Amino acid sequence: MEHRIGNRMYHGLMYSIVVLFAVFCVTPFLLVLSSSFTSEESILQHGYNIFPREFDLSAYRVLFLDAGRLIEAYKISIIVTVIGTIASLAITAMLAYPLSLKRFKLRKALNVYTLITILINGGIVPWYIVCVKYLGLQDNLLALIVPYLCMAWNVFLLRSFFQTIPEEISESAKIDGAGEFRIFLSIIVPLAKPALATIGLFISLMYWNDWWLGLTLLNKVELQPLQLLLRTIQSNVQFIATSAQGAEIIRATGGRLPSEGIKMAICIVTIGPIVFLYPFIQRYFIKGLTIGAVKG
Amino acid sequence: MRSKGILSELGRNKSLYLMVLPGVVLIMLFSYFPMFGLLVAFKDFNFRDGILGSPWMDPIYGNFKYLFSSTSSALRATWNTLYLNTLFIIFGILFQVGIALIFNEVAGKYFKKITQSLMFLPYFISWIVVGVIAYNLFSIDTGVMNTTLSSLGLGSVDWFATPWVWPIILVLFYVWKSTGYGMVLYLASLTGIDPSYYEAAKIDGASKFQQIRYISLPFLMPTIITLTLLQVGRIMNADFGMFYAIVGENAAIYQTADVIDTFIFRSLRLNGDIGMASAAGFYQSVIAFIIIMLCNKLAKRINEDSSLF
Repeated sequence: MEHRIGNRMYHGLMYSIVVLFAVFCVTPFLLVLSSSFTSEESILQHGYNIFPREFDLSAYRVLFLDAGRLIEAYKISIIVTVIGTIASLAITAMLAYPLSLKRFKLRKALNVYTLITILINGGIVPWYIVCVKYLGLQDNLLALIVPYLCMAWNVFLLRSFFQTIPEEISESAKIDGAGEFRIFLSIIVPLAKPALATIGLFISLMYWNDWWLGLTLLNKVELQPLQLLLRTIQSNVQFIATSAQGAEIIRATGGRLPSEGIKMAICIVTIGPIVFLYPFIQRYFIKGLTIGAVKG
Repeated sequence: MRSKGILSELGRNKSLYLMVLPGVVLIMLFSYFPMFGLLVAFKDFNFRDGILGSPWMDPIYGNFKYLFSSTSSALRATWNTLYLNTLFIIFGILFQVGIALIFNEVAGKYFKKITQSLMFLPYFISWIVVGVIAYNLFSIDTGVMNTTLSSLGLGSVDWFATPWVWPIILVLFYVWKSTGYGMVLYLASLTGIDPSYYEAAKIDGASKFQQIRYISLPFLMPTIITLTLLQVGRIMNADFGMFYAIVGENAAIYQTADVIDTFIFRSLRLNGDIGMASAAGFYQSVIAFIIIMLCNKLAKRINEDSSLF
């Protein structure tokens, strides 16, 4: 009897900890969401709150008065994410597949060549010089895409999946006279679809959330992707009144920008697509992390 | 004779070589060129002449003298990087393993699905957004912390000017963002444990705690060791995004929250001091290299299979 009560308390404790931690993880999001729907007066008077004291949309209204800039940033983020993901996935897979083949002579050498870049790097200064001075990656869209096209970590994740496909399959196709590239496209890629989907999602998340490339390689404000626009507005809300619609914004707000609310509203606009897609994509991430756990 | 062998091998497997080519070139451009570019730390660099064309520093260690001069904050940044990364590694493991073990004890398909999704959510958010959240929580006039404190009659704290609280806050953000992601790996190992071990232990009267201590933890050990070593190997590299987004250019808390990567970035992009930035980068890379070699040796001694290379 005593044992059973102890057991029940034990399970109660375990459930409580899980619930508490989940609440801890999600609370900051609710905070930002609620703040974005709170009026400026209320924020200045009572501070940010987990529930809005009175529902108010003025932050979003001001934000969308300057919708041009927001749409531009959205467009850039989408272009970079789509092109980056497709190109990067293709390049990563084409490197990872031969690295999984025992019959590929350079397999060992290229594995080491790739692995070293995970462990050692030259740091940001030489990287910056190479990008700007030698590759011309400054103030253009390519600067937001090219540096991330081939990440060693993704190569290894994909390679460890390709290794689970028996090499006899591609070998027998080769004996039947198929070229390596055709084998890759028509046999290997269909077999690896789940893994490719997972890595593709990892890559697109990386591009969508990135602002490092924009921060270091862009001087032009017009090319700023969404994340960087969020940062620009966060550190200088007045920036929003510098646009073509500036006069209109100042008039609409009576010269008092709802600055606190705007910061939160643009934050919601930035994470919106991710949170919206999240329920559909997260299981691929969890699956993908577990294929990566196979040590390679 | 030998070169003919290489040529015929290239010819025979032409398509495989063509396939790896783009990736190999990109890695060369963005990883190996910068490694050779570390040379710039010994140069009086200017953009017109490039890395090779720029003249050598006179004396050749000139950039480093500047870096470690008494006014420089490089040593402070080094200390902060090591200290904060150590905290991240320790608390990261404690929470990832701990929550994974606890999560493994609860049942209910939907309960597990929903709670795990909520825990994983912060991983998907950029540090910039976390920076906004930090502002929302800790800003002096409107932050949730201060409104809560003052509603309890405790007065308010100027968090962004109080250096000693930042290691704690940064650890909290790190745990918040990484636990959901990290626990997936440990959960995968936990579900791989044969249930008969636990049944046998139960029959022998082992408590829940003993089962975790003597069955679950030993099974998780190889994963813990490999992941920890990977992190220790990168202990000289701070997560730039995290620090730049949360701490930014707020010099009031540099004392505890300025790290090597933000220090280098400031010298490079804000002060335009490529010499000092590259010297700091060189110094960071060399120490990082030594640490990785030591880690690998240690890993080999613990377990031949868990070495990195």
